[in-house]
Amino acid sequence: MFRYEFMLNALYAILIITPLFGIVGTAIVNNKMAFFSDALGHSALTGIAIGALLGITNPTISMIIFGIVFALLLNRIKDLKITSKDTIISVFSSTALALGLVILSKNGNFAKFSNYLIGDILSISASEILALLGIAVLILLFWILFSNKLYAISLNPSLAKSKGINITLTENLFIVLVALIVMLSIRWVGILIINSLLILPAAASRNIAKNLRQYHLFAVIFALVSGVLGLITSYYAGIATGPTIVLIASVIFFATYAIRRKIGD
Amino acid sequence: MTEKCGYCCTKIRNINVSFGKKQVLENINIHIHCGKLNVIIGENGAGKSTLLKAILGEIKHTGTILFKDREASGDKIKIGYVPQRLDIENSPATVYDVVCSYTSNLPTFLVKSKRKYEQIKEHLKEFGASELIDQKINSLSGGQLQRVMLAIATLPYPDLLILDEPISGIDRNGREQFYKTISELKENHDLAIILVSHDFDYVKKYADKVILLDKTILVKGKPEEVFASKEFIERFGEV
Repeated sequence: MFRYEFMLNALYAILIITPLFGIVGTAIVNNKMAFFSDALGHSALTGIAIGALLGITNPTISMIIFGIVFALLLNRIKDLKITSKDTIISVFSSTALALGLVILSKNGNFAKFSNYLIGDILSISASEILALLGIAVLILLFWILFSNKLYAISLNPSLAKSKGINITLTENLFIVLVALIVMLSIRWVGILIINSLLILPAAASRNIAKNLRQYHLFAVIFALVSGVLGLITSYYAGIATGPTIVLIASVIFFATYAIRRKIGD
Repeated sequence: MTEKCGYCCTKIRNINVSFGKKQVLENINIHIHCGKLNVIIGENGAGKSTLLKAILGEIKHTGTILFKDREASGDKIKIGYVPQRLDIENSPATVYDVVCSYTSNLPTFLVKSKRKYEQIKEHLKEFGASELIDQKINSLSGGQLQRVMLAIATLPYPDLLILDEPISGIDRNGREQFYKTISELKENHDLAIILVSHDFDYVKKYADKVILLDKTILVKGKPEEVFASKEFIERFGEV
């Protein structure tokens, strides 16, 4: 199957994207940001729509710009305590999704964009893989410098602040990176399932990890295994790749959950 | 043991905090000397936690908080903070992971440094918690977690240590132990300590100064003076 270039490219992409999703997911689960990353995925549609309105030919660029602005804005607004955090995120998530759908459906054109909903990993090109490599380097660098701080904030922001950790800077850098990786990979993973790929490997790892190193290692392994197995399975079964990956990740989650129940926490 | 000086001082001057139109703290003035345990008491909603957050620089306030050390150099104050709780439900981290995340730039997710491990273990020992270092943080009892939080707040030792009602959910033995530990910290490291507490028995025994707060400072002074004041008796009865 890997004699086809598109399959080989898809494999490379999965080997880069899934470990990143595993790593980034650990902090999303720690910091209880599952809703946030879900909203970010939905905002991709608005990014595409705004790009189409402005006549930007490469929708990835408009998605990234809109995604970053949306993420920073959302992070700011959730702290204003207008209403509960999950409610305000939902409001923004639905608004962004609806706005994107309204603009894109104008003149009955939505079918053209429906690919974004479930994604198509087989359409990835060599130059796009390079862009993914770039973001991989950025994320690893960020993780080495900031993962302690991010974890400290997740346990108690006030304690983190008293230790001299710049909460706004750390959080904003993190969400910009999440926006980047989500927007760069959404065409291949799909808006509907991108969040599952962020959450499931980390959540599964949390079930059985005994320290932070295991937590990251298992998350990366689970994400990789789901990705590669999903690609191969979907190729032979003739089904969409993204959802297959997510299904395998779910199976891993339930298996680790069962292990945790058996051995006790 | 640090040399005891008694001269360095945190000066909290004219702190006012408002949430919208509602004034929560009014005209708070406190001088806190090193080597002294200062306890803030007050009813629920009196502004105790708000005052701590203002000192920590977390909420907007008017007024100033100055730290003057023995050379009067006006250095920026180093504040250690022990919160009421950590969000550790289902956390995969060990005590080492948590302490390292708060006190080191070494990427905890990647490596476990032997040197750092020994350093943290040595520091935990001061709080009788060195045997906890490899335990998962969410398996600790309330008292154990509190000792770990004290260790985090004091690595490195701050000038001013702030503790926010940390003794809820801990049995009597644990509480006695806690007050003994902070008294030792105060003596051995010459720390200035601010503690929010409701435990009047221990406050009477261990505090150097008590501050009764209700939006503003109603009474301050030695424990027996404050407990005998009419403001205190009106709110809490005789102790």
